[in-house]
Amino acid sequence: MRYSGFRVIKEALTGHRGWGPAWRDPEPKAEYDYVIIGGGGHGLATAYYLAKEYKQSRIAVLEKGWIGGGNVGRNTTIVRSNYLLDGNEPFYEFSLKLWEGLEQELNYNAMMSQRGIINLMHSDAQRDAYIRRGNAMILNGADAQLLDQKQVLEKYPFLNVKNARFPVMGGLLQARAGTARHDAVAWGYARAADQCGVDIIQNCEVTGFKIEGGKIRGVETSRGFIGAKKVGSCVAGSSSKVMAFAGMRLPIESHVLQAFVSEGLKPVLPGVITFGAGHFYCSQSDKGGLVFGGNIDGYNTYASRGNLPMVEDVMEEAIAMFPMLGRARLLRSWGGIMDMSMDGTPIIDKTHIDGLYFNGGWCYGGFKATPASGMVYAHLLATDAPHDTATAFKLDRFHTGHMIDEKGVGNQPNLH
Amino acid sequence: MIINHPLLGPRDSSEFVYLGDASLLNRPDWQADDALEQFIDYGHTRDNPAGLHRELWYHEQGDRSWLVVTRNTVTHEITSVELARDVARTEGRFE
Repeated sequence: MRYSGFRVIKEALTGHRGWGPAWRDPEPKAEYDYVIIGGGGHGLATAYYLAKEYKQSRIAVLEKGWIGGGNVGRNTTIVRSNYLLDGNEPFYEFSLKLWEGLEQELNYNAMMSQRGIINLMHSDAQRDAYIRRGNAMILNGADAQLLDQKQVLEKYPFLNVKNARFPVMGGLLQARAGTARHDAVAWGYARAADQCGVDIIQNCEVTGFKIEGGKIRGVETSRGFIGAKKVGSCVAGSSSKVMAFAGMRLPIESHVLQAFVSEGLKPVLPGVITFGAGHFYCSQSDKGGLVFGGNIDGYNTYASRGNLPMVEDVMEEAIAMFPMLGRARLLRSWGGIMDMSMDGTPIIDKTHIDGLYFNGGWCYGGFKATPASGMVYAHLLATDAPHDTATAFKLDRFHTGHMIDEKGVGNQPNLH
Repeated sequence: MIINHPLLGPRDSSEFVYLGDASLLNRPDWQADDALEQFIDYGHTRDNPAGLHRELWYHEQGDRSWLVVTRNTVTHEITSVELARDVARTEGRFE
């Protein structure tokens, strides 16, 4: 079924009896050509592009719970491509271009809203750094614009620009950045992949790999053995657990990132805005709640909840930037488990086992990468060669010394 | 989280800085034949377990001692706290 305005009117007039389930609930088959582990945004996008762009068939996505129940369902929904380094920026710009056509491509309303992101700057040195970043973005085909204090105030008149410690001197604007409805992204990919014949198998936890003579033969699951010619792991947050089934140790630690939503407010934030003197990012959802977050808690954890010191830290940053927020009430907070890699950059690569592939290490930047991650991973799975925009995300880069460290803080995951 | 410091008693974890897996105490021998491989592994790959994890915390806002904390990464429950100095000595790091 194709969704359209006409369809909505027709269903409204006929009692909404024609809407079917958006995807099937198939029983797992004995064998597939491709098994994708993880029914999150990246896994579903990978399956979709494998079928659609790379014309592959016999594809299954295995999800231990329900699809979209992991990090794609618990992020701050920001979509942008304002990176600096050559290994990253072409990939994220490729992703943003895919976001721009995503809803038409999937025939699904992902509420993609290019409302712009402004990274505030608070010092001369930071202005220089943002000019450099903006130039790197433009060189890679993205858009970037340097705003002075007056231009920032035109968009956000309530900002405390005269703060004695962190005055706002201006900002770096990427106008094409914005937000998307995170759940709808997972559902849209699931529905589109299903229509291409992909089997989405929920409540199916992978418990081991079958590897013979250095080659993958399939996966052991809670619903029995499933044979596969190629297996792609796509389970950021739990990558170490899953790859340990293949005897691999990864350059990854699992950390918790908290996010927060305020009570619903009248429209106050037209776009996404980040505080440059700390780590704080905020946008307003269409329901009116301010959606915001900061740093990871900073210790290894698999508990999907954080602790209070980071809550306090994020609130302090919020109040430093928007003093008016002092009267808004916090409605909800939650935590998600991140694959924090050793250089702050993802890994999309083959492994030493023939037919086993790895996609992970997204730190807390995975959501914006969803379409490109799916596309380049599908490319890797189908052709055994990295996509042009993802040649640097190698698993062995810590051996060869080709780390991609945007912040330049070294192999300390909780600083990325 | 409250970390029960062996010398100072219960202290809030926000007084500490987290470094990572306590295996970082075991720096490889730079003269070993495979020292390069060992150092790459030491610097970059981690067990990252879900469950009991021995890890290094530094009491920066306190007595500036390094601690080895055994903590469950699923529940955040801390089961043992030792001075890293004592652990290293027990494991024969400083003869």
